[in-house]
Amino acid sequence: MTTTPETLETLRELGRYIASALPSAVLSTEVKGGELSVRVHRSAITRMITCLRDDSNCQFTQLIDICGVDYPDKEERFEIVYHLLSMKQNHRVRVRLTANEASPVPSLSAVFPCANWFEREVWDMYGVFFSDHPDLRRILTDYGFDGHPLRKDFPLTGYVEMRYDEDQKRVIYEPVTLTQDFRNFDFLSPWEGLRTALPGDEKAMTGKA
Amino acid sequence: MTVNADVEIENYTINFGPQHPAAHGVLRLVLEMDGEVIDRVDPHIGLLHRGTEKLIEYKSYLQAVPYFDRLDYVSPMNQEQAFAIAVERLLGIEPPPRAKYIRMLFCELTRILNHIMNIASYAMDVGAMTPFLWTFEEREKLMEFYDAVSGARMHAAYIRPGGVSMDMPAGLPERIMTWANQFPKIIDDMEGLLTENRIFKQRVVDIGRVTADEAVAWGFTGPNLRASGIAWDLRKAQPYDGYEDMDFDIAIGKNGDCYDRYLVRVVEMRQSIRIIKQCLEKMPTGPVRVNDRKIMSPPRAEMKSSMEALIHHFKLYTEGYKVPAGEVYAAVEAPKGEFGVYVVADGTNRPYRCRIRAPGFVHLQGMDFMLRGHMLPDVPAVLGSIDIVFGEVDR
Repeated sequence: MTTTPETLETLRELGRYIASALPSAVLSTEVKGGELSVRVHRSAITRMITCLRDDSNCQFTQLIDICGVDYPDKEERFEIVYHLLSMKQNHRVRVRLTANEASPVPSLSAVFPCANWFEREVWDMYGVFFSDHPDLRRILTDYGFDGHPLRKDFPLTGYVEMRYDEDQKRVIYEPVTLTQDFRNFDFLSPWEGLRTALPGDEKAMTGKA
Repeated sequence: MTVNADVEIENYTINFGPQHPAAHGVLRLVLEMDGEVIDRVDPHIGLLHRGTEKLIEYKSYLQAVPYFDRLDYVSPMNQEQAFAIAVERLLGIEPPPRAKYIRMLFCELTRILNHIMNIASYAMDVGAMTPFLWTFEEREKLMEFYDAVSGARMHAAYIRPGGVSMDMPAGLPERIMTWANQFPKIIDDMEGLLTENRIFKQRVVDIGRVTADEAVAWGFTGPNLRASGIAWDLRKAQPYDGYEDMDFDIAIGKNGDCYDRYLVRVVEMRQSIRIIKQCLEKMPTGPVRVNDRKIMSPPRAEMKSSMEALIHHFKLYTEGYKVPAGEVYAAVEAPKGEFGVYVVADGTNRPYRCRIRAPGFVHLQGMDFMLRGHMLPDVPAVLGSIDIVFGEVDR
């Protein structure tokens, strides 16, 4: 979708409107790369999404996606990102909040029925708990799976592998054995980051000896 | 013998799948039955979960492209396109016009590829064998076009950030045009077998009805949303890659039942033929890849004589390119609905997070409310009509 200055201005206007409609919920709004993002308080998410859905200036009637992002270095390491679509206004909005393992996020399943599986997936992949969720089971991983695979500290190879055991006549789980070490190359070239300026060059730049 | 009138008949649960020919892959449905009537449906998914999103975090941007072919494996190119658009927006580049037209051309071929697969297998689920045999002949021809441009019949890895991997070979546009002229006849034949077929209609009319409000609230997109009467198509509403130049109509249904979902797909195939012909007629000349050696590798011939080109090639296929930090959500109208890619870049050569929004995941969730109160034989009808492929549902 092409972004013209007018559409950007409409998005900024919409961002200001959302911030003024729920001042206590919104932490910040920004328009970047032609997309509007709103950062909200975790406790206010249900109010925020209900407002976005029902307000006549917003009409974000469709919840497109809920996903998590993991930033292990941050204090609240998980970011939950909601994408909404307004078919009337032809806009998209991204709403985000932060959470950690101990802080439950209010579930949206009462506002949008399709939030049910999205939240189950976030729970499965990141271990973020959703309060008031009707059915918070794992969804994509195996029955009896342990851990949350999309966390950055979960290894790509996982911990267990499964095979059919001919002697026991059943499927068994064993710790992962790698025939060669997991290869995670650091391709980032040190040369690209090298600045051509040497210590002392700044004197020449300012013209002072 | 006395009949005890107080016998309590308990609901019982049955397993549909995980290996069932009508489950379109590996789906386990736990059905709670009240006699022959369905009380509750609990789909158990994830049997094909491969951790695509996690794998992409460990791959460079170019290495991530083939994973998109393997999500919804009956419509590979549309998903590559979504990823390509996302990365292009992060890089701030625009593919050349010819590349955009080739992308549109192949995405519409893919849409037909997907819809004939869906309609034919759907018809087979409800008892019609012949359309499956007829349309697979056409799928074969379409996959030959894939083969001609990319060398692979299904997992093409053809659409890449910055354009397409290579130009179409000589003579291919004419072959596609010849095919596009004869294909409507195949649709007519297939429709002759299904559209007014009494058995087919008995199985699908008024089954799995979804109202417009339900479809929106449950996050339906694509043909499933349009069948409920909402004229929403990302190709029209938020055009990407040159769809704004194309003249086509959006098919919508009235009742939102399984029959309407079938009809919408049939009309969409006819519209796709229109777009394919327009693409071929208006196809611009020129390059098919951005002329930026830091993003797309130089032509093979240049590498034979230029050291710089060789270095660029080496760097691109080992380290890859770095994408400036930022985030983007790019969505395309894939044959099954809105396929979205949310990429978070951290300035390195790998995505920090690549979220894949698969339409099938959302549609499958709707199985529960669509099937309540229906009979057991309606399960394959509804499942076939919402067009599920487990590659994208389980990711």
